[in-house]
Amino acid sequence: MVASTITDEPTRRDFLFIATGAVGVVGAAAAVWPFLSQMSPDATTLAAASIEVDIGNIAPGQIVTVKWRGKPVFISHRTPAEIEAARATPLSELPDPATDESRAPNPEWLIVVGICTHLGCVPIGNEGPYNGYFCPCHGSVYDASGRIRQGPAPSNLAIPPYKFAGDAKVTIG
Amino acid sequence: MSLFPRKMRVGAGVALALIAMLVLAASGTKGLASDDAATNAPAGSHDVKTPKRQAWSFYGPFGKFDQAQLQRGLQVFREVCATCHSLKSIAFRDLAAPGGPDFSEAQAKALAADYKIKDGPNDAGDMFERPGRLSDYFPWNFPNAQAARAAFGALPPDLSVIAKARTYHRGFPLFLVDPIIQYQEHGADYIYALLTGYARSEDPNWNEYFPGHKIAMPNPLSDGAVDYADGSPKTVRQYAKDVSAFLMWTAEPKLEERKAIGFRVLVFLCVFAGLLYFVKRKIWARVHDDAGGTH
Amino acid sequence: MSGHPTYVPTHPAAQWLERRLPILGLLHSSFVVFPNPRNLNYWWTFGGILSFMLAAQIATGVVLVMHYTPQASLAFASVEHIMRDVNYGWLFRYAHANGASMFFVALYIHMFRGMYYGSYKEPREVLWLLGILIYLLTIATAFMGYVLPWGQMSFWGATVITSLFSAVPFVGDSITTWLWGGYAVDNATLNRFFSLHYLLPFMIAGVVVLHIWALHVPGSNNPTGLEPKTAKDTLPFHPYFTVKDGFALACFLIFFSWFIFYVPNYLNHADNYIEANPLQTPAHIVPEWYYLPFYAILRSIPSKLGGTIAMFAAVLIFAFLPWLDSSRIKSAVYRPLYKIAFWAFVVCAVLLGYVGAQPPEGVYVLAARLLTAYYFLHFLVILPLLGIYEKPRPLPASIADSVLGPPKEAIHADANPAHPRKSG
Repeated sequence: MVASTITDEPTRRDFLFIATGAVGVVGAAAAVWPFLSQMSPDATTLAAASIEVDIGNIAPGQIVTVKWRGKPVFISHRTPAEIEAARATPLSELPDPATDESRAPNPEWLIVVGICTHLGCVPIGNEGPYNGYFCPCHGSVYDASGRIRQGPAPSNLAIPPYKFAGDAKVTIG
Repeated sequence: MSLFPRKMRVGAGVALALIAMLVLAASGTKGLASDDAATNAPAGSHDVKTPKRQAWSFYGPFGKFDQAQLQRGLQVFREVCATCHSLKSIAFRDLAAPGGPDFSEAQAKALAADYKIKDGPNDAGDMFERPGRLSDYFPWNFPNAQAARAAFGALPPDLSVIAKARTYHRGFPLFLVDPIIQYQEHGADYIYALLTGYARSEDPNWNEYFPGHKIAMPNPLSDGAVDYADGSPKTVRQYAKDVSAFLMWTAEPKLEERKAIGFRVLVFLCVFAGLLYFVKRKIWARVHDDAGGTH
Repeated sequence: MSGHPTYVPTHPAAQWLERRLPILGLLHSSFVVFPNPRNLNYWWTFGGILSFMLAAQIATGVVLVMHYTPQASLAFASVEHIMRDVNYGWLFRYAHANGASMFFVALYIHMFRGMYYGSYKEPREVLWLLGILIYLLTIATAFMGYVLPWGQMSFWGATVITSLFSAVPFVGDSITTWLWGGYAVDNATLNRFFSLHYLLPFMIAGVVVLHIWALHVPGSNNPTGLEPKTAKDTLPFHPYFTVKDGFALACFLIFFSWFIFYVPNYLNHADNYIEANPLQTPAHIVPEWYYLPFYAILRSIPSKLGGTIAMFAAVLIFAFLPWLDSSRIKSAVYRPLYKIAFWAFVVCAVLLGYVGAQPPEGVYVLAARLLTAYYFLHFLVILPLLGIYEKPRPLPASIADSVLGPPKEAIHADANPAHPRKSG
């Protein structure tokens, strides 16, 4: 912490002083790392990854919200009309183009993270001009596939990793 | 003489002493008695035997856990200790973490799934049981401490940090030597001694290492009680050794990381201190030269 | 602080700042050109080491608070959470717990250096008193910090020490109830100790600033105890003492690291890995090593109030040193009898510490009483009398003479009364 520079001396560029200063800087930098690393998610947070949700009771047209990693996840049991509308939308109309097939491989179910991609509010389901999701904070509008259609949000609602376990269960995470 | 001034010789001496301490600690268990259970030295006025130091793979500056031993120790814990004791700080994911028993994630998952974990409430408001996951902690056979106390007459302590919560007195002057030779395994030695210290077959609650000799836990181990798959001896001593090592790991799961980082930090600091010493000499040489002195 | 207006900022930004807040000039005069006696030995590096340790304790402590839960039913588990799950959590906790011990190692060396070289004498009495204030705050901080892991020693240590106040006549029980926030040490106690444990280190840091201010008025004492007279007696703080302090700090960190990484639980007590249990007291309650001498004094008096008074007196008596020591000579180097008395006192303190860790029975009781008697004898009888009867050795003419050799015409101590250097 001390030996970095010896000012105003002809020996300033002396190799010994430079080497000592360099070693000191390396040591200080190494000591800073744990202080940064400790603020990252800890092992308990990383481990609490997956949840299992019973979806047998969700009626068509109903959206259920569950908590996953501290965030809301929307599980939407879509009606045939919603599926058709979502699949028929041309990609050219989308600010963040993505096919409904890629977002909902099992077309009956749309599973998205319920966090508006603008500034993190929770959108309201079955709302808005596209009968999808509407964010009350700054007016972003998503369609029934969770894709951004109007408003300040830059991208579509995120899709969490999930797997269907049989007909009535889905594992998220 | 003038080539190596006094302070430099002192510094070299200190550095040599540090290296000697590391070497001493690294080879410290070589001279120790191996598996023989105990010395007969009576300690203090209570006639309780002093545990004998055991050779542990995790001792010393480069000590590491023996994964096979930890896996055997886990087996002893699950088949014997877990009947009564909890292990509430340990999650199944820890079994697959670096520096531990080194199970694969799939093995740890399968092991977790063996356990029924109480969860809930579900949408109907009911608690339910489901197979364990990696993020779950070892469950206990008892719903609460009162239930365990009612069953046994005494509360079996949680074993998560027991290897750091138990010790024995080394006395003067050994307690001054311990930090130099890095002896920190008092707890593991005590547990090993206790588990092998049921010396009276007619009284399963008499232990020669327990203060007062009357211990609430009756002799838990017997030869052949746990069936090892790796061909290790199925003896009380082997069980005691393995489960003591396992409990040292549960108490100090970051031991390997700590010692590995510690060695690098010490090497760095020694280099840095050495450089600073020469910088200091160089700078102070100016005033000594001015004065014509040689201090 | 000491008035060396030699700082002339060259960079325009530095000139801009200096006209508005002359802080660079203050730092320059305090830590760059500040004249230190040239003969300071390595015992003088512990002030810098203590500054570093205070900063390190605050830094690691702030990190621990991010993950710790000050709640009686969760505190113990949250410490285990830090040890297991938080990235480098074990490093922060071991560094902080052992850091407290290292702080006291450096603090005691710093204090005993001051006692050996008479650094508390005129004109440094206020400097010494501020140091004692830091010591008292540190004792309180470390005590409350030890309670936070909520192990058996935490709980029973807190119970025993707070119960000392119940010795106060008439209002004792009310005081302890007030301290606890209840009828025993419990969650309310843990919460207030946590709050104060976070607050006090910043108060210590404030007093450290005053301590350094008071140091920079007369300047450092030195092994001769003479005050600097000419420029030949001193050297600028930087680079001579920055590099010397830096080297000493690096060596101290080697010692510190050995504990953190290799024997992190050596200075701890095994019982503190058992969660607090208000229904069961551990067989032997022993405080941390840095309190052991005072603990021995407490137990040596067979009276509750008397023991409590003796213990507090043993700590506070350090504050009266400037007036108990009657000798005008500062340094033990020139005081042959005081040198013996000093080392006898060191031995006495170490033995008290050893006795404090033993069970209060048999020979230890007698030893504790004899050592306690000697402890107070040293301050109240030996120090006042030594100054009167001791014949000091001749002092060198100046600091420079003591370093550079040729003290051909050394003068007698009496002819050379120490006089404070003018400051400002």
